[in-house]
Amino acid sequence: MGIARPIANVGRFAAEQVGDLGRFTVFSASAFRWIFTDFTRWRLLRPQLYEVGVRSLPVIIFTGAFVGMVLALQSYPQFELLGRASWLGAVVNLSVVKELGPVLAGVMIAGRVGGALAAGLGTMKVTEQIDALRAMGAEPIRHLVVPRFLACLLLIPFLTVYCDFVGIVGGYVVAWGYGVDTHEYWMHSASAIENWDIFAGVFKSVFFGAAIALISCYKGFQSRQGAEGVGRAATEAFVVSFMAILILDLFIVMFLQGLYDALWARTSVFLS
Amino acid sequence: MSASEPIRVEPDSGEPTPAAQDQPQAVIRLEGVSKQFGGHQVFRDLTLEFRRGETTVVLGASGVGKSVMLKLILGLMKPDAGRIFIDGAEITTLSERRLMPVRMRFGMLFQGSALFDFLTVYENVAFAVREHKNWPEARIREVVRQKLALVDMEGTENLLPEELSGGMRKRVGLARAIAIDPEVILYDEPTTGLDPVTADTINSLLLRCQRELKTTSIVVTHDMASAYKVGDRLVMLHEGGVIADGPPEAIRRHSDVRVQRFIHGDASLAAAPPQGDIP
Ligand SMILES: Nc1ncnc2c1ncn2[C@@H]1O[C@H](COP(=O)(O)OP(=O)(O)OP(=O)(O)O)[C@@H](O)[C@H]1O
Ligand SMILES: [Mg+2]
Repeated sequence: MGIARPIANVGRFAAEQVGDLGRFTVFSASAFRWIFTDFTRWRLLRPQLYEVGVRSLPVIIFTGAFVGMVLALQSYPQFELLGRASWLGAVVNLSVVKELGPVLAGVMIAGRVGGALAAGLGTMKVTEQIDALRAMGAEPIRHLVVPRFLACLLLIPFLTVYCDFVGIVGGYVVAWGYGVDTHEYWMHSASAIENWDIFAGVFKSVFFGAAIALISCYKGFQSRQGAEGVGRAATEAFVVSFMAILILDLFIVMFLQGLYDALWARTSVFLS
Repeated sequence: MSASEPIRVEPDSGEPTPAAQDQPQAVIRLEGVSKQFGGHQVFRDLTLEFRRGETTVVLGASGVGKSVMLKLILGLMKPDAGRIFIDGAEITTLSERRLMPVRMRFGMLFQGSALFDFLTVYENVAFAVREHKNWPEARIREVVRQKLALVDMEGTENLLPEELSGGMRKRVGLARAIAIDPEVILYDEPTTGLDPVTADTINSLLLRCQRELKTTSIVVTHDMASAYKVGDRLVMLHEGGVIADGPPEAIRRHSDVRVQRFIHGDASLAAAPPQGDIP
């Protein structure tokens, strides 16, 4: 027996994961099918826009401001040593726009919105509201998932832009505090950041939004009975969304760099 | 096993035959249905029919599977084995999309009411109407008003479910279940948690639906007073199967001690009363 049990456990775990992935795929496909075929329930979208957009704004502003300030604080001494303090803006703002803004906004939304979506849908599941929807001839994915998904998809890019903006302001406030020349600070920032960088950040956030919405709704629908089950669904929604954001980020950055090279034919450093 | 077997309308035959031709009046038919949850067998080869225009009261201990049975009938859960027919058409194999038209003929009151917590009482009751009928708002308002009046809940239109007591939620759930005048109504414990007077109002409502609208009803209840009042037929479930099935008088005098214990609410009851033996 000795070794058979661990192997069987690994097998069962793997089978469960694959099964879960399969169910998640079917779930997501079904959400997409409703969006493209017959999404007419506009009255359901508005409350979700409010929930995802308006109610996330404070958290996003808070995150952005602190990220920008800390980044400037951390980088200032190095630039000061080199006698290039006015270049601070280039580094702080590029990091915020390309990477930290989108990813941290995504993580905060995964925590706030993702957790709330999973808990809300989980509660509906355990109080039989989802069964009640089905019993009345309504499609739960169309009624509950599609509006939440669209709200995340539409608003997370805007929230990301907000986060970027506040981060940039935060960074500047610190630089100003150190007495960095304002004109040079912004001039170096402008020369370092291309429109492409801003686009890349916002482009990523769309995928983060989609991932957060689908994962959190799925976890809510899979929630087990009782308050404990709902709590678990919310936690798992956050953790899995967080991992998805990191993984997606890696692949999207790889893709975008390839695309950038192809579009602007920037020759690789290895060839020149 | 028990001395008395349940009445079987039709003996189990090895070959599954389309129920439509055999039993035109059976609206719902469960045939050899089995269902288990993680090793816990809830139903084992359950065969049961519900006839048109009849109110069947389903009795049974807590956890015996009464709520599961209602969900199986609506296709909200799939049986592990066996088949379920609605008007002779098998629903067990239907996709969610194909089940929609079938479900629209049903109204269901859930045990915990299952009101949508993000909608007001008005929108809860109007839900099925909005979903399936393209009616003007004035007509919807009239339907909602009328259904809420039936369950004595006028004036609560703008409240949210969280502002209602358990019994009030139950009544709104009932109004919602009957909003589109379904042919078949499934009641999961309609009077549990209600005061005796309101419970009696609900019983009268049930009888009225049955008399005036000729609806077929399945009522799950622990309330024997209600069971005798509204039931044309009583069915008792026990350990995955039916142990008693018949008109109320027959069940009252049923010889099985488990049935007697249940209807008298007396766990110490040793044997059946001497009166007689009704299968
Ligand atoms: N979704 C589910 N997942 C796992 N087990 C379930 C599920 N639904 C029901 N069960 C189990 O099936 C059995 C029957 O449950 P059901 O809710 O039908 O009981 P009931 O007869 O309605 O009881 P009560 O009178 O207390 O409502 C119980 O043991 C329950 O734990
Ligand atoms: Mg029940």
